[in-house]
Amino acid sequence: MPSLAGLFFWMNRKIENINKITVTKPLKLDCGKTIKDFPLAYETYGKLNNNKDNAILVFHALTGDQFVAGTNPVTQKDGWWVTAVGPGKAIDTNKYFVICANVIGGCMGSLGPSDINKETNQPYGLDFPVITIKDIVRAQESLLDHLGIEKLLCATGGSMGGMQLLQFCATFPDKTFSAIPIACSSSHSAQNIALNELARQAIMADPVWDNGKYFLKNTQPKNGLAVARMVGHISYLSEQGMQEKFGRKLQEKADYEFSFDADFQVESYLRHQGRSFVERFDANSVLYITRAMDYFDLSKQYKGGLVEAFKNQSTKFLVVSFSSDWLYTTKENKDIVIALNASGADVSYSEIETDKGHDSFLLNEPEFLKTLKGFVESMHEKFKK
Amino acid sequence: MKQEFKVIADLLPNNTRVLDVGCGDGSLMNFLIKEKNIETRGLELDQNNVQECIYKGLTVIQGNAETELYQFPDQSFDYVVLSQTLQAFYKPDKVLNELLRIGKSVIVSIPNFGYWKVRTSLLFFGKMPVTKTLPNTWFNTPNLHMCTIKDLYNYCENQNINIKKVVGVNENNTSFIKRSNLEIKNLFSKLGIFLIG
Repeated sequence: MPSLAGLFFWMNRKIENINKITVTKPLKLDCGKTIKDFPLAYETYGKLNNNKDNAILVFHALTGDQFVAGTNPVTQKDGWWVTAVGPGKAIDTNKYFVICANVIGGCMGSLGPSDINKETNQPYGLDFPVITIKDIVRAQESLLDHLGIEKLLCATGGSMGGMQLLQFCATFPDKTFSAIPIACSSSHSAQNIALNELARQAIMADPVWDNGKYFLKNTQPKNGLAVARMVGHISYLSEQGMQEKFGRKLQEKADYEFSFDADFQVESYLRHQGRSFVERFDANSVLYITRAMDYFDLSKQYKGGLVEAFKNQSTKFLVVSFSSDWLYTTKENKDIVIALNASGADVSYSEIETDKGHDSFLLNEPEFLKTLKGFVESMHEKFKK
Repeated sequence: MKQEFKVIADLLPNNTRVLDVGCGDGSLMNFLIKEKNIETRGLELDQNNVQECIYKGLTVIQGNAETELYQFPDQSFDYVVLSQTLQAFYKPDKVLNELLRIGKSVIVSIPNFGYWKVRTSLLFFGKMPVTKTLPNTWFNTPNLHMCTIKDLYNYCENQNINIKKVVGVNENNTSFIKRSNLEIKNLFSKLGIFLIG
């Protein structure tokens, strides 16, 4: 087991070799501060064709990164959306040019709280400005210019990726021909905020966190961060899915051990998820990104509410929800559809029947993947004309 | 192409905006787009049908017409089409009101329970009729509120719903139905197609 400090060194070294642009245009953030000359890390898959009509932008979720498909070069694990993106997959990288950028506030190469603040020569920590989903999306605009793409064939994302997508469509109404928001919401509900607060409090309650200054000791509040991840994982599964997967099964033992070790498989699973997360994610990044999600309320940005946000959309939408998702429910996704309908936008909607909960969009859900593939292909046919 | 779809297409002017409620696999929408340059949207309950529509590049919303028509704004479509489903709703009168709220005009087709074969089946055999347009038996039929062309005609008049055109369909024959020929057409039409609103 490598030491965490060593691990961080290793991560940073690897991160030097990933694709980055420097965004020189100053970006005035919603909080009032301005950032400029900041790094934006990204990855692409497939090739942009000569007509430049096959580009698909993917927005990643809370704990995702730019490594959508193939093998993540930093973690050496599968990209987070290998079920849907890759050669021959629903979003076929033999046909389409897939782009994904790491969100600002993140920890995979884009400007984030673990980066060095040039003014202090120390990592930002809590000096990092509080960012919003709108800031995150606006920071990514330069990437499309850099790649020479005027209009995307499609943009998509699940969960927080879907929120970025809704913001993207509202802020840049002509940038994409079609859009697939998946399992998301146009504003964070009280329950969403509460769960994020639980995650943040877990991190901040860890003494190692030290007001966000743990980097001075080259360490991480790994206990708190692991608990934060466990909270997340519970919310990504459905009650039924969890019961089917784990039930009351014991972890490699015949009977209770009358201790607080992980007797149950579900405990062992959560502990494992927590442990592996601290090896790849920065605690302060979780604070900043969950805050951005909580502040997200698209209707608040527009006087006429959500309908106004989607006014004059020529983008063709496909909204997808999952029946057992209690984090971003069918109802919340339908509200997006209703607003799009009311604003006269072209919107399709599908609710995928599954017991896999919010996580479904990352899993091998055949009905979902078929729908995704069918939509992207038919949109490509239309966009080509 | 089903005879019914041809009649519906003939009732629709070019370049209009149409909502197809219970659009199935989208064949009517496809036909309307190609033949009449109509802008279509569909509402469909069945997951496989929704997928089929999406594959065809059609705009479709998965949902239940009985409970989810509220999401469409008032008068947001030139026409709303409901093909042979009215009788399957728990509250067909409420659904009809919703259709009239959403569409400037509404096209509703119904399998005619007044068709002579249906009447004779009940009269001579004493059994609930099973025909091509009514293929299910009494215990598994989705049809909760069967009606005749005459019933719907009277209903519209009583509710002050403007009847613009009514077409009776029997095999490949179609004919216009008015108050004056209602009795005879109600006997010889398998299907009634109403343009109202």
